[in-house]
Amino acid sequence: MSAAPYQTSLVRRKFERVVVPLAVIFICFLWTLPTAGVLISSFRESTAIRTSGWWTVFAHPFEFTQWTLQNYREVILADGMGSAFLNSVIVTIPATVIPITIAAFAAYAFAWMDFRGRELLFAIVVGLLIVPLHMALIPLLRVYTRLDLTGSYLGIWLAHTGFGLPLAIYLLYNYIVQLPQDLLESAFIDGASHFTAFTRLVLPLSVPAIASFSIFQFLWVWNDLLVALVFLGSGNESSVITSRLTELVGSKGQDWHLLTAGAFVSMVVPLVVFFSLQRYFVRGILAGSVKG
Amino acid sequence: MRLLVSLALGLATLLALRWSYTFVQAEETPRLVAGLVALGAGVLGVWLLFWLGNDVVAHLPAGRIQEALQPVVFVGPALLLLFAYLVYPALNTIYISFFDERSRNFVGLENFLFAFRSPDVQIVFRNNLMWLVLVTGFSVALGLLIAVLVDRVRHEAAAKSFIFLPLAISFVGASVIWRFVYAFAPVGRPQIGVLNAIVVALGGEPVGWLIERSINNFALIAIMIWMQTGFCMIVFSAALKSIPSEITEAARMDGATEVQTFFRITLPMLQGTMIAVATTVIVAVLKVFDVVFVMTNGQFDTQVLANRMYAEMFTFRNFGHASALAVILLVAVIPVMVINVRNLREQRSRR
Repeated sequence: MSAAPYQTSLVRRKFERVVVPLAVIFICFLWTLPTAGVLISSFRESTAIRTSGWWTVFAHPFEFTQWTLQNYREVILADGMGSAFLNSVIVTIPATVIPITIAAFAAYAFAWMDFRGRELLFAIVVGLLIVPLHMALIPLLRVYTRLDLTGSYLGIWLAHTGFGLPLAIYLLYNYIVQLPQDLLESAFIDGASHFTAFTRLVLPLSVPAIASFSIFQFLWVWNDLLVALVFLGSGNESSVITSRLTELVGSKGQDWHLLTAGAFVSMVVPLVVFFSLQRYFVRGILAGSVKG
Repeated sequence: MRLLVSLALGLATLLALRWSYTFVQAEETPRLVAGLVALGAGVLGVWLLFWLGNDVVAHLPAGRIQEALQPVVFVGPALLLLFAYLVYPALNTIYISFFDERSRNFVGLENFLFAFRSPDVQIVFRNNLMWLVLVTGFSVALGLLIAVLVDRVRHEAAAKSFIFLPLAISFVGASVIWRFVYAFAPVGRPQIGVLNAIVVALGGEPVGWLIERSINNFALIAIMIWMQTGFCMIVFSAALKSIPSEITEAARMDGATEVQTFFRITLPMLQGTMIAVATTVIVAVLKVFDVVFVMTNGQFDTQVLANRMYAEMFTFRNFGHASALAVILLVAVIPVMVINVRNLREQRSRR
């Protein structure tokens, strides 16, 4: 009678100790394999990449003559990934700061100011979460062409701002509205204006929410291709890193030494963010997953 | 008097920003200098404008006008941008979806009929449906499975970051990574793509994964599954941890097997999370663009909705068709988003 449950629990424990970890290791291996191949290849000579699989390096990994940085030098300097990287920085930082600033002011007003139509306007903002940005591209492109805004940094910052605002306002509002009411009221009694209350009290207190959203928006803009293609275009000197990499795939699709190195240049910033700010990163991804 | 100073300051700022814009756009400005000026102007400009707007209002004579203007300074910019970048364009897209390619003549439902009748676009719909079912099904199932497995091993955080990593990189980067996995060389030449190397090692013929019409869509879908599984896993993993262990322990004490505990206790408790995850993945899949654009650019029957729309915009220059496709996308997204947002609210109110 008592032997059977004991045995099943033994089997179960063995299963948990051996099979589950093995399965996890196998899955992690499978998931990393594609990226590892590209990372290893980016440091190999172009002829070596073309004539043998990247896994063959494991036969003699310490033969240092096979490793090279030439691919990176070539793709950054000759193939424009360097200047595209710079463009991405110039596009991404303001396209993160501007929407967060504007959204924070608006979220504060929706949470703590009294004005007519507040509920209705906020409902509209939440409703706009549903609209995919694809719905806005055609009319905006036409207006941009008329105003000569295509290809300008200002144009793409504002586009990313507009598309990011509903989510930014919604998330920051949810955070700001639950700040303790007494705190703000005592500030107002001491004669603080809304502006001071906002900059001195609400902003510092909202840092966790702002950090999570910033990371989400930053990565979203850095990794975006569609908005950049429509408003900046490709094949010119203002193209960002994703569109430059796409061009390389089109024009040099078989030059794997360039593509692999180029892919890593484009991934370096997201990977650094991922490894250094993992906790905020996860929160940001979870919060931002509903973006339009 | 002080009010005039504020106004003058505001005007000066606007002029300075306007000047920096012309400076950045000018052909002869060196790229690096232009970039740095743009960066500074963009980041500081938005703060300056808010500060000045507030300054002007603060120095108005106290009273009803001032009180009415204060919220305008705070929400005005957001509402203006939302109107200009979402409300007006979305309405305009719906409007021009009833007009011809140059938006001159009213054509009624012509563009929508085209979308539902044209054999090309049928393939687009078929592909989108395949993406929808396979990506959602596999990433939710795999995400849940991995979350459950990872919950029982020692280095959980490390294991999770391997699966989660693809979520950090761009679709373009991921596409390059997978193009390399799918790389194809004719028979006899060395296979540098992992997949074909395996096929050949097992005695098969190398496969053109991206060209072969019976497999290429699955090859693209696999990329999206690779990226989305991490998202599903993280959400499920957090939800699993929030299930009190007493409940599952009690079930085991009563003699339930591991599998029974999972399907009878754990899974029902994850229902809300499941809806949230699935709807989020569905919306992401409906909007997919980059993967197809980089891998095949929609050739060999791999086109999806967003890519067809892009092609209508820039290749065929048919704004009627393009906006009709955008409207179809919107209509497809709305019900999913409504479920998603409603579910989100329910979960929040329960907490």
